[in-house]
Amino acid sequence: MSSAITTGFVPQAKTRPPRTPGENYLNVAFGVKSWLLTTDHKRIAILYLVTLTILFFIGGAAATVIRLNLMTPNGELVPADTYNKLFSAHGIIMVWFFLVPVVPTVLGNFLVPMMIGARDLAFPKINLLSWYVFTIGAIITLWALLAGGVDTGWTFYTPFSSKYARTNVLPTMIGIFISGFSSIMTGLNFIATMHTMRAPGLTWFRMPLFLWAHYAASIILVLATPVLAMALILVGVERAWGIGIFDPELGGDPVLFQHLFWFYSHPVVYIMLLPAMGIVSEIVTCFSRKHIFGYVFVLWSSIGIAVLSFLVWAHHMFVAGQSVYSALIFSALSYMVAVPSAIKVFNWTATLYKGSIAFETPLLFALGFIALFTMGGLTGLFLAALGVDMHVHDTYFIIAHFHFIMVGGSVMGYMGGLHYWWPKMTGRMYSDFLSKLAALIIFVGFILTFLPQFVLGYLGMPRRYHVYPPEFQVLNVMSSAGASILAVGYVLPLFYMLWSLYAGKPSGPNPWGATGLEWQTPSPPPPHNFDETPIVTTGPYEYSIEESALVH
Amino acid sequence: MSTNHAVLAHHFENLEQQRETAAFGMWIFLATEVLIFGAIFTCYAIYRLRYPLDFEAASARLNVLIGSINTIVLLSSSLTMALSVHATRVGRQQMLLTCLLLTILLGATFLGLKVVEYYQDYKEKLVPVLAFDPDEWTQIEGVEAPVQPQRVQLMLVFYYIMTGLHAAHMIVGMGLLIWLVIEARRGLLTPVRYMPVEVIGLYWHFVDIVWIFLLPLLYLTGTHQAPPWLPIPPIHF
Repeated sequence: MSSAITTGFVPQAKTRPPRTPGENYLNVAFGVKSWLLTTDHKRIAILYLVTLTILFFIGGAAATVIRLNLMTPNGELVPADTYNKLFSAHGIIMVWFFLVPVVPTVLGNFLVPMMIGARDLAFPKINLLSWYVFTIGAIITLWALLAGGVDTGWTFYTPFSSKYARTNVLPTMIGIFISGFSSIMTGLNFIATMHTMRAPGLTWFRMPLFLWAHYAASIILVLATPVLAMALILVGVERAWGIGIFDPELGGDPVLFQHLFWFYSHPVVYIMLLPAMGIVSEIVTCFSRKHIFGYVFVLWSSIGIAVLSFLVWAHHMFVAGQSVYSALIFSALSYMVAVPSAIKVFNWTATLYKGSIAFETPLLFALGFIALFTMGGLTGLFLAALGVDMHVHDTYFIIAHFHFIMVGGSVMGYMGGLHYWWPKMTGRMYSDFLSKLAALIIFVGFILTFLPQFVLGYLGMPRRYHVYPPEFQVLNVMSSAGASILAVGYVLPLFYMLWSLYAGKPSGPNPWGATGLEWQTPSPPPPHNFDETPIVTTGPYEYSIEESALVH
Repeated sequence: MSTNHAVLAHHFENLEQQRETAAFGMWIFLATEVLIFGAIFTCYAIYRLRYPLDFEAASARLNVLIGSINTIVLLSSSLTMALSVHATRVGRQQMLLTCLLLTILLGATFLGLKVVEYYQDYKEKLVPVLAFDPDEWTQIEGVEAPVQPQRVQLMLVFYYIMTGLHAAHMIVGMGLLIWLVIEARRGLLTPVRYMPVEVIGLYWHFVDIVWIFLLPLLYLTGTHQAPPWLPIPPIHF
């Protein structure tokens, strides 16, 4: 290992309290209290991992019932209002209580300090607080969704949400409002950490792209989340006291709510996506044994996406009665987001080109990400075109498009990252065969679930409907069949990952032969990550240097 | 944020890094705050432009005297806050304690006056839902176009949300200041460990700046009758 360790950094002579050999963040303390009061970023990441996995399967269960119901045109499984509550619950849980937090709080929490050579995040107590705030918000929302439910959809459009809905709108919004603060805390922590705590020699342009992606996502977390908070406060005030802030009968403007909501909720898509893109950059370089193609371009494309994400929100409102001129501008701006996204896809492809590719499980997920994200991104351009959007607005075309981005993109990326860093987090290897099988099942199941929905949407099947004309049944059954395959693909990792904790073979510090400071520590890492503060001497993906060093 | 006696936290290399991080974190948080107030300011601006007469009519009824006094009180508290930061950095414990207590006193004065103002608004039937008389607004003398009560309500709701959110920030700030007093009395705020005062000072100044925007937006848009003891005609801002 010594030859690999010299790559990228040299140990600095710096005093640290001596560490017991074999001590790591998992075995340094035991008991419930040692977990609930921890300020170790790695343990908080595990707390988030457990919480979010539970929430993912709850949100997935709602999706399962939705797909089962849509097997038949008349929706015989659940009544219409239950169906409304199911898709609302699915959207609310998956967006706010899984996709937004998942990569930053699990992988980001674990890796940001390790990748910059720090002992912890800048504000460890705020980090722990963010988990408590998130969990409280999640419990309130879950309670509201289970005890009566919400039928507004995850978008809470007014005046339905503020005036007419007779369901648990307020408690759900309170839960989302509270969990928003946890997002802000996480984003703030990452930005401060990356600004002030980088190891000596780790300049901004030597940072791994995972960190740049998290930096860009954190900017959005910090700047977009407060606007949602204010939108929710205003809807809450209107709902509780009957003041017409968004009610046209009383002088309010319902479109204003949509502006506020999408000012948050469009950038939020990039909160989900950017960290996953960071993961893909790490995986693609590692398994093609190459430096990333165009490091600076990939880096600035992350920042470009973060900036542009704030300028495109009204493309969700082309049919909401905004002026033609603003629609034109927002359409053009939406096209511009495709540029940085395409830069990333092209650069990953160019990185793979002529690389010595090893088809390990993380790479399979990353390749899945690239394929599905490209399809999701390109159909996004259809929707950014004003004319096409008039036709497919609020249809299954939209559903398919954003599931390609969020599930095919974010969740694929997250799964890839989890498989990539699992040996680092636990010190164990999972089953090679089963994990590759899971990647394949997820990919096939995903395509079968969502590709027919593009067709359904184009043919005119509206989203959120409980029943549909009989001629759509074949495509719906295909979609539901795909969903059941997808479900198997998501449950499978739960088993072999848990199994690996007991029976997995020890992974060693760097099973993939990857560069990056996090791999220079033992697996699982010691409580303070590094015995000595590392000094970084090269850029992040010097696989060529390492290969030549290993030869000697 | 702990009462840990060791000044340097375990995960920092040196004090300079720790200080930089603390201040940086607060600035990022203030960016969040700008967006939260920015959202409500935007909503206010949209309706203010759409319903100018109704908003001016409602603004004219707000208590501009208390609003003005509160502005002076709050700006003075920013001065004492800045002096507390200075006192910590030069190690003048007594001055620090005095300035912190003065800041708390001024903050409490602001909140006390705000409560008096809210109560007077209530007595004047300016609180939507709780105490509001729609008929009162339909015939105002000297206003040509009729004012619609529900639009007046809209203005008043914005007034309560904006000042209420500001007051909530003041209350949080007061709590932080009380914590600082406790720390100062225990001798924990020294030229080496001055960051808590500086960081909370940043927050306090931000809350003051928000008020600087609230005053003209809410109070100064309407025509106000001068108090009888001032020999000037009605003020139109």
